[in-house]
Amino acid sequence: MPQSSDYLIELKGICKAFPGVLANDDIDLKIKAGEVHALLGENGAGKSTLVKMIYGILKQDAGTIHFNGDLVDIKTPAIARELGVAMVFQHFSLFDSLTVVENISLGMDHSSDLATLADQITELSKRYGLPLDPHRHVYTLSVGERQRIEIIRCLLQEPKLLIMDEPTSVLTPQEVEKLFVTLKRLSEEGMAILYISHKLDEIKALCHNATILRLGKKVGTVSVADESTQSLAAMMMGEELKELKHPEAVELGDTRLEVKDLSLPADDPLGISLRNINLQVRGGEVVGIAGVAGNGQDELLRALNGEQRTLDSIDSIELEGKAVGKLNPNSRRVNFGLASVPEKRLGHGATPDMSLVDNAFLTAYQHLKLLKNGLIDYAKTRQFAEKIIADYGVKTPNSDVPAGSLSGGNLQKFIVGRELSQNPDILVIAQPTWGVDAGAAQTIRQAIRELAAKGAAVLVISQDLDELMEITDRIGAICGGVVSEFYPTSEMSIDKVGMLMAGVSLEEGVSDVA
Amino acid sequence: MDILIAAILTIITAATPLLFAALGELVTEKSGVLNLGIEGMMIMGAIIGFFTVHQTDSAFIAIIASMIAGALTATIFAILVLKFHASQVPTGLALTIFGIGLSALIGQSMIGVAYEGIPKIAIPGLSSIPVIGDIFFNQDGLVYFSIFMVVATMWFLNKTRAGLILRAVGDSHDAAHAMGYSVIKIRFLATLFGGAMAGVGGAYLSLAYSPLWVEGMTAGRGWIALALVVFASWRVGRVLLGAYLFGGITILQLHAQALGIAVPSQIMSMLPYLATILVLVIISRDKSKIKLNSPASLGKAFHPSR
Repeated sequence: MPQSSDYLIELKGICKAFPGVLANDDIDLKIKAGEVHALLGENGAGKSTLVKMIYGILKQDAGTIHFNGDLVDIKTPAIARELGVAMVFQHFSLFDSLTVVENISLGMDHSSDLATLADQITELSKRYGLPLDPHRHVYTLSVGERQRIEIIRCLLQEPKLLIMDEPTSVLTPQEVEKLFVTLKRLSEEGMAILYISHKLDEIKALCHNATILRLGKKVGTVSVADESTQSLAAMMMGEELKELKHPEAVELGDTRLEVKDLSLPADDPLGISLRNINLQVRGGEVVGIAGVAGNGQDELLRALNGEQRTLDSIDSIELEGKAVGKLNPNSRRVNFGLASVPEKRLGHGATPDMSLVDNAFLTAYQHLKLLKNGLIDYAKTRQFAEKIIADYGVKTPNSDVPAGSLSGGNLQKFIVGRELSQNPDILVIAQPTWGVDAGAAQTIRQAIRELAAKGAAVLVISQDLDELMEITDRIGAICGGVVSEFYPTSEMSIDKVGMLMAGVSLEEGVSDVA
Repeated sequence: MDILIAAILTIITAATPLLFAALGELVTEKSGVLNLGIEGMMIMGAIIGFFTVHQTDSAFIAIIASMIAGALTATIFAILVLKFHASQVPTGLALTIFGIGLSALIGQSMIGVAYEGIPKIAIPGLSSIPVIGDIFFNQDGLVYFSIFMVVATMWFLNKTRAGLILRAVGDSHDAAHAMGYSVIKIRFLATLFGGAMAGVGGAYLSLAYSPLWVEGMTAGRGWIALALVVFASWRVGRVLLGAYLFGGITILQLHAQALGIAVPSQIMSMLPYLATILVLVIISRDKSKIKLNSPASLGKAFHPSR
């Protein structure tokens, strides 16, 4: 058996099946020490499944893993950590009610006392420019700070291979830059980094090589320097992406959605209080609110769609010029043609245990007249559900499966499709394409633009800056429950929106730079 | 003065079973398992303890047996809920009904049998201090044990790594699983501990509080213990405080009658339960307090993806 190898880790012929899907089909992957290797693919391509096997959370059905030339059987995360593999998860594995140092201690196999550990954390955080107070409780921290906990936890183990699963999806552009500086430094110190993403710009900026997965199969491994973002995209999707067609400029109508000085204290200590929010959306325009998750987007959407009524200040939300603070979601939907797509799909956007047909009925029955003499017209409802499934490419065996059994992206397509197909007058939509594959995402964006072209007022709340820059007419950001000024999207850059997302107003921001 | 000492002494005996049961449930809930079967586990401990003391004449063996009985009853719950993913709330309710029924069956021959009660242990020196000595240092072994368990649980949850892991599992089982901790095993052990503590709490009723066997003698104390955990907002020190507070309310009814206060006895016997409801309503008003201290995964089934 060879004692050393050119490669730090070598995967050969990895296969993993889940009921109904082959998530990984004969995947090879090789990474050298000090290399930043991208694992590129759309949602559902099998990236997360593959790295979970490297980290010992899942077990491969077939195939081998060599580490430093030795055949290894990674049965548990503890074995992976022993080998020198560390992983920063996409959804952080953090415990909200514990402190930073307690959280980190839980991820260490060799327990040391908390005081020593706290000192180590402080030292590492200084060395790599990742400021973090070890004694804060996690629930008080921002998402960016939470990610730092994960990174420092990994670094404390002095890993040889660091796996990062979509680390930038929760960061502002400025935070992303800082993260990249840290990662490049680690790579120069000889650490191998497996970087999972579907954002091509990041991969161009950071990675040496990229392995591309599509639908569970490996498309190829390429040197990033030799490829353009377009060629990477083509490999990732298997087709060229259609350009978004901007419909002809439409004449803006009256203000259909207006928020005046809305303040809403959080009823939950982990929630965000909304403070003095002002915004208007006129008929025919798409307005975007950017922001890192957990800055009040959920709370704002709930106030707008009526899930959380604003009884203390009834006048602060107006639809078509009428105060609606007292109205529940259904009356806002029926009387004002308001449709909403909440970020939380299960339990807010859809009822998980009910079928797609039933879920289609729930928000559409009045507009589409799905009631016949007070009884549900199932034939018509089914027709509607099946039309959504066909139009938005929802992958499902049939329309009778429970909504909760669909994958996140598929359910998202169904919910967005259900709301958009009803031609609402006002649409409030959060993370419209979260988890949706690129082709369907384009369909959704196109449909949003077309809806606005018909005179509807659309408010999009999203973390995806590229998307907001593409589909909105005006853009602002939310940070800590405060919404910034709005600016015409054509005059904005990603950096400027990033500043808004960090709570810096553009006037002071500009003077700071100058 | 003597009346006061007598009152305090009875408060301690009324509080101790609540303290045991609530302490066990607190640890169980901290791991994320909501076991509503405390009443059933308590009464199993009560009958098995009483039965054993008659077979062996040893209070010590009887107490150990009651802990085992409580833990075994909890095992049924743990297997159903953790292995077969049964819903925790109805399973816990079923466990209560099951325990009350089974204990009645076992206890048929025990009705009317007498027992002199477990012996008091006077701590040499300290017990001769006037007033305090009698109250605090001339108690039966279980009272000392209950206080010891409060300190031990506090130390375990807050100072040990195992305690940290247990709290972590209760906070986010998915994250704990991703780090390689065995969620099911930890919850299983925590549930067994809860059962053993409920068992000894039950045994305290049949061996010390009123040393005899009566069907359904726990009389809702399991539910009060459950409420105590919420009242204490999942903090050990407050469980101690709460148990003595509720013990005091329970005793109040007896002494009120002795003092000739003209309130119908039925209303007085309602007091502990009324107080429970009242306290829960007051505590629940402050959502943030509940949110911050309650284990975030409480009552949620865990399905590992492997």
